[in-house]
Amino acid sequence: MTSATTSQPALRAPRRLGDRVFSIAATTSGVIILVVLASVAIFLVSKSVPALVATDKEVTDVGMSFWGNIGPLVFGTIWAAALALLFAVPFAIAIALFISHYAPRRIAQGLGYAIDLLAAIPSVVYGLWGIMVLAPAVQPIYVWLVDNVGWFPLFAGPVSGTGRTVLTVAVVLAVMILPIITALSREIFLQTPRLHEEAALALGATKWEMIKMAVLPFGRPGIISATMLGLGRALGETMAVAMVLSPAVIVSFALLQSQNPTTIAANIALNFPEAHDLGVNVLIATGLVLFIITLIVNSLARFIVNRRKAFSGAN
Amino acid sequence: MSKRIEVKDLNVYYGKFKAVEDVSLTIEPRTVTAFIGPSGCGKSTFLRTLNRMHEVIPGARVEGEVMIDGKNLYDADVDPVMVRRQVGMVFQRPNPFPTMSIADNVLAGVKLNNAKISKSDAEHLVEKSLKGANLWKEVKDRLNLPGSGLSGGQQQRLCIARAIAVSPEVILMDEPCSALDPISTLAIEDLIEELKAKYTIVIVTHNMQQASRVSDKTAFFNIAGTGEPGKLIEFDDTTTIFENPHVQATEDYISGRFG
Amino acid sequence: MSTEVERVTTSKRTLEPKVLWLTAAASFLVSLGVFVVLSMAGITSGFDIVATVLWSAFLYVALSYVMSRIVEGKRKATDRLVAGVVTSAFVIALLPLISLIYTTVADGLNRLDGTFFSSSMRNIVGEGGGGLHALIGTLEVTLAASIISIPIGIMTAIYLVEYGRGKLAQAVTFLIDVMTGIPSIVAGLFAFALFAIFFGPGIRFGIGGAVALSLLMIPVVVRSTEEMLKLVPNELREASYALGVPKWLTVVKVVLPTAIAGIITGVMIAISRIIGETAPLLIIAGLSTNMNYDLFNDRMTTLPVFVYTQYANPGRDAQAYLDRAWTGALVLILIVMALNIIARILAKVLAPKGQR
Repeated sequence: MTSATTSQPALRAPRRLGDRVFSIAATTSGVIILVVLASVAIFLVSKSVPALVATDKEVTDVGMSFWGNIGPLVFGTIWAAALALLFAVPFAIAIALFISHYAPRRIAQGLGYAIDLLAAIPSVVYGLWGIMVLAPAVQPIYVWLVDNVGWFPLFAGPVSGTGRTVLTVAVVLAVMILPIITALSREIFLQTPRLHEEAALALGATKWEMIKMAVLPFGRPGIISATMLGLGRALGETMAVAMVLSPAVIVSFALLQSQNPTTIAANIALNFPEAHDLGVNVLIATGLVLFIITLIVNSLARFIVNRRKAFSGAN
Repeated sequence: MSKRIEVKDLNVYYGKFKAVEDVSLTIEPRTVTAFIGPSGCGKSTFLRTLNRMHEVIPGARVEGEVMIDGKNLYDADVDPVMVRRQVGMVFQRPNPFPTMSIADNVLAGVKLNNAKISKSDAEHLVEKSLKGANLWKEVKDRLNLPGSGLSGGQQQRLCIARAIAVSPEVILMDEPCSALDPISTLAIEDLIEELKAKYTIVIVTHNMQQASRVSDKTAFFNIAGTGEPGKLIEFDDTTTIFENPHVQATEDYISGRFG
Repeated sequence: MSTEVERVTTSKRTLEPKVLWLTAAASFLVSLGVFVVLSMAGITSGFDIVATVLWSAFLYVALSYVMSRIVEGKRKATDRLVAGVVTSAFVIALLPLISLIYTTVADGLNRLDGTFFSSSMRNIVGEGGGGLHALIGTLEVTLAASIISIPIGIMTAIYLVEYGRGKLAQAVTFLIDVMTGIPSIVAGLFAFALFAIFFGPGIRFGIGGAVALSLLMIPVVVRSTEEMLKLVPNELREASYALGVPKWLTVVKVVLPTAIAGIITGVMIAISRIIGETAPLLIIAGLSTNMNYDLFNDRMTTLPVFVYTQYANPGRDAQAYLDRAWTGALVLILIVMALNIIARILAKVLAPKGQR
């Protein structure tokens, strides 16, 4: 023991090589992230520019124009995603409440897994299911809707013969984003301070009144940001839309017709394999627009989450 | 092999906040020195400057000198890692490595540094260190089980065995008994008494009776108020501090008037 | 005071659980009866199980509300209504899951045979053929994406938790958030734009797909690893430093082993997320019916793209193509499930022993 320590050259040692190498490696990884995202932006922009400045002649050569298509595409993207949210959010909140406050505690976790399973299924399988199972199943309902409430603009005819409408797409998208919104809402609901809940119950509130008084107000920012994240996912979802929708580049609010506004992502997936020359640039430019839209939506979601973290005294 | 520690005009900062001001004291080899004082008075912070553990906290820095046998720990060419091999530390809460067995925990200082050690040397070191920490009899039949399966007091003694296995010259203890029951505390105090024969020991404690039981010298730290730096108020033989303190604040604290 | 509260809240009468169970059973039987009759009378084509479940849920909620309203009063009835609605929402959400899994299994079993796993689609326009080329493609592309993403992801997480301070760390954290939200098709476009610059606009190859998938996988790996590293108690790092262990060895030998179970689980979840991606591969890896073992040359088909093309571009016998699509979907789901289950088992096995 004595000899070992005294023979050490006092406290002196060189700057450790291992430490240097390791910290440089870790920092480099962080920098790679920076470089990659910068290059994503640069490459997409550089490949988009030709489409933005194309002359009329070039446009007629490939039959695709950025400025002519982007309006309807953005409309279609937002329209389909908004419809999906309309279905998904109420269900997600109800399911999150069921799992956090209604289901017996022993099985609640298992039920949560069941919903999470929905997130594990690849989108191409959702597409296949949407077109082969859901569309034929809902088509008779669409016929009934057009026949009986066709005077209402959303349900105007002529009805699609296949069920491959924007409404069907919205249902598929809703199923796909349901687990995201549910998981986040559930987490927030479970964080409701026990004291608030018990205070409400002690005042003689029923379970629902307690949820209205304590859980929902506490969870509202969480629900909003979960919704935004779900929206971000729905905006970018490609395959389910590409497979189920019978697409057209139009602006239309009709839900049940065979001409439906298509989305940016689906439009790229369907046209990219055949695209050439300027067509490729046009599609990449629309992709850039999609990127910007999702970026804004996701940033808003993060902003809400972070603001809540900063102000909430609960945790 | 245990060494004298001389601290001169030491100031400790966390960013802009001065946590400890102007501490000078000398700790003699093979003694037990206790740091006492109210919460937040900087005694733990000061302790951590004795093996440069405070540097782990971002923004922490030091002015002044800490000399161990004439060599300043804070000289530019000193490697904090080498300092910590000579000045070991035991923490408030027992913290054995959960991924390692009891034997591996004892050998952690060797193995984590990639040092080669033969099997027989390793076994010898484990036995010697565990015996040194009064733990050998209790665990010799389950050396390969996880260390986290032991009781709190046993875990703390395992941490002491781990610290002495790297043959340090000084052992710092940051409230080593505050998370333990009275019987485990007694076992640790007996152990400190034995370790004193070989090592210089510095112990931070909240418990004044403990300081009076185990230490030869006692340092009393205090703060003037929140946001003010901690200061060394009085440093003397333990009997003097407890029976005949020179400063009024020390007497007030010892007699339980505040803290 | 207390008597007054009681009077205000509810009458003392309550519905017994037995009554509610009977109501549920009755609702189900009535719906079942109605739909069986409808299908036998030929009004609906076949018996509709989904509609039966929906109507019995609706009937039960409505009946229990009315009964509760009469017996227990308005507040209690609203409470029961909400409980019913919330439970029904859960049951209804399970319907697509059950339907999807049922269809995939039922239709996928048709072609879950030896030929599917031993042949490609080369020279096939009708029956026969299989997805071997797609399985190989999936394996290689996923492996390549993992080899790129896992080291970068874990090292970035280590940077953020153990080293990162100041502006750079903030920027990286923000960009990881941005990356998490990148639509998969945009990742494909990026890989295409990147490689087209070097190899021309006709470029299609497997490694391009792997790069696109890495873009989607890295943020997932970083986030999950970061969470796990943050869970490692600081006391363990301090214990290691106090033994004179340098920082990098502390990270490699103390922090990573303690967090390894969670890290592996996160990596498996990330793999299961990218293994089902279709859109980016459609763009940069292309379509192919042939075996191709070379990641760096020629088009390479993966399982999800196989499923898509089987459905979208059928040859002579459309049903044969559809069968292969469902079998591909079944295999894909099985792989994803297996990854999830393995992740969970590994997490259990590798978790540090003892009380923690």
